[in-house]
Amino acid sequence: MSIRERLSGNEAVAIAIRQINPDVMPAFPITPSTEIAQMVATYIANGQVNTEFIPVESEHSAMSAAIGAEAAGARSLTATSSCGLALMWEVLYVAASSRLPIAMAVVNRALSSPININCDHSDSMGARDAGWIQIYSENNQEVYDNFVQAYRIAEHPSVRLPIMICQDGFYTSHAVENMELLEDREIKDFVGEYAPESYLLNSRQPLSVGAYGLPAYYMEAKRSQLEALKNAKQVTLEVAEEFARLSGRNYGLFEAYRLEDADYAMVIIGSTAGTAKDAVDKLRAEGKKAGLLKIRLFRPFPGEEIAHALKNAGFIACMDRTESFNGQCGPLGAEVKSALFNARLMPEVINYVYGIGGRDVAVENITSVFEDLIRIEQTKDAGDRYRYLSLRE
Amino acid sequence: MKDIVQIRWHGRGGQGAKTAALLLADVVFSTGKYVQGFPEYGPERMGAPITAYNRISDNRIRVHSNIYEPDYVVVVDETLFEAVDMTKGLSPEGAIIVNTARGKAEIEKELRGYQGLVYTIDARKISIEALGKYFPNSPMLAAVIKVSGVMSEETFLKEMQHSYEHKFASKPTVIEGNMKALRLALQEVK
Repeated sequence: MSIRERLSGNEAVAIAIRQINPDVMPAFPITPSTEIAQMVATYIANGQVNTEFIPVESEHSAMSAAIGAEAAGARSLTATSSCGLALMWEVLYVAASSRLPIAMAVVNRALSSPININCDHSDSMGARDAGWIQIYSENNQEVYDNFVQAYRIAEHPSVRLPIMICQDGFYTSHAVENMELLEDREIKDFVGEYAPESYLLNSRQPLSVGAYGLPAYYMEAKRSQLEALKNAKQVTLEVAEEFARLSGRNYGLFEAYRLEDADYAMVIIGSTAGTAKDAVDKLRAEGKKAGLLKIRLFRPFPGEEIAHALKNAGFIACMDRTESFNGQCGPLGAEVKSALFNARLMPEVINYVYGIGGRDVAVENITSVFEDLIRIEQTKDAGDRYRYLSLRE
Repeated sequence: MKDIVQIRWHGRGGQGAKTAALLLADVVFSTGKYVQGFPEYGPERMGAPITAYNRISDNRIRVHSNIYEPDYVVVVDETLFEAVDMTKGLSPEGAIIVNTARGKAEIEKELRGYQGLVYTIDARKISIEALGKYFPNSPMLAAVIKVSGVMSEETFLKEMQHSYEHKFASKPTVIEGNMKALRLALQEVK
């Protein structure tokens, strides 16, 4: 049975962790994710969970300890943001290529400098090629639901890869809003016990983790890692279907909102998708065929499915909440354009950088993007295809 | 009532404007509505200006942005008038509620010609009388409930009693003081 609640995004993740009751949580505090570890520590102190909390001296150590615990056979997790995630860089790759299904709550925040505590996606986008599964959330309900589904996807025998469940710093992490929780028992039954096939503490099956990879085998190791990551797509859909039977809430690889007959489409990630839905409704009421595609699964990137969903749109805005410093596109823009190219689709694609360092994005800002697309259609002049939204000039 | 009610809080770090916005979300949630309560942080230090926001609606709220055209503005610290344009975007059909010991006529001079309703409340006096200490957020919360009418005073007091009993389970002596601060504020906002 669902429980009507009002919680912040950080509280939603902490409650999901309490309900799952994982084995080991090493963590180091960093705004805006600090509350998650703080709340889990409280659950431990109150005896509500029997998770082993490891207070470590850095995020590099947090991820290293999670790797050790997971390799030993324990269901592990951590939470971080921004520079904390950046400090994990080296070991993120170790977690993924050692095929350790660690879950990480990422509360997205800008990278320094200038120092900034507010939301953008530079942190997790920088880690997008580390081999982790990445799932993004629009609101508190989604971050809770995604975290509940995380281990089912990560631990699946055909996947066995770590997973990041991302939410927008402050916009959802520190915002209280309505949501529905599931009962503790329902979550425990859904997630189940962790039963790894091979693990270091199994004395009957000695195992080596982190072996040297000679040139003769390194490529094959990477290729099989890619196969596992690609499998995560199908598993994500299967887990979502089972979750829908439990909760009544449907998830896919992405969400298509009024997209089917849209001439003007926006592709976006995270909390601003909600703001953009209000903008789409407003434009539709004026007879303008606007639509939205909200990314849920970013790694692996469901390129074929996304190209198919965008096939009717002549004008597309890709919204990147990070700067890639290549001068032509952001990470989302690059993926979407590749997917369209591979599907031999040639719509006009304008790539916007928006909301970095917490620059606020209101409904009017999103509306202005659709108005840009309409103007491009009328004038047949695309102008700069890589541009900034709401920049002070 | 409008489809969505939007409230903007102005305070200084450490005064509890963010807590008040979260408490407002909490208590209005109890009436079955959809709510949002969230802070906007500037520099993280005591005394820096901070803004917090509430949205209240009968329908699901999807927008995740700050509020630029609020129906109500709550000023927890009147020394911010020098630094912040409090009535920016404020609906002329709405109201501003100011924590002050000064008279309404004096406050109106600070409001750059705002045409809507102006309410004042001396949260310091109420808080000192009820709690012996200066915690402006309970009186300001009661004031915004009364002025906005987002829920009845009776339900508000009942839900707050319930919430304080939960929050202060280990120090029940402060419950009566906080309830007194709310009741006084409901009478004294004008």
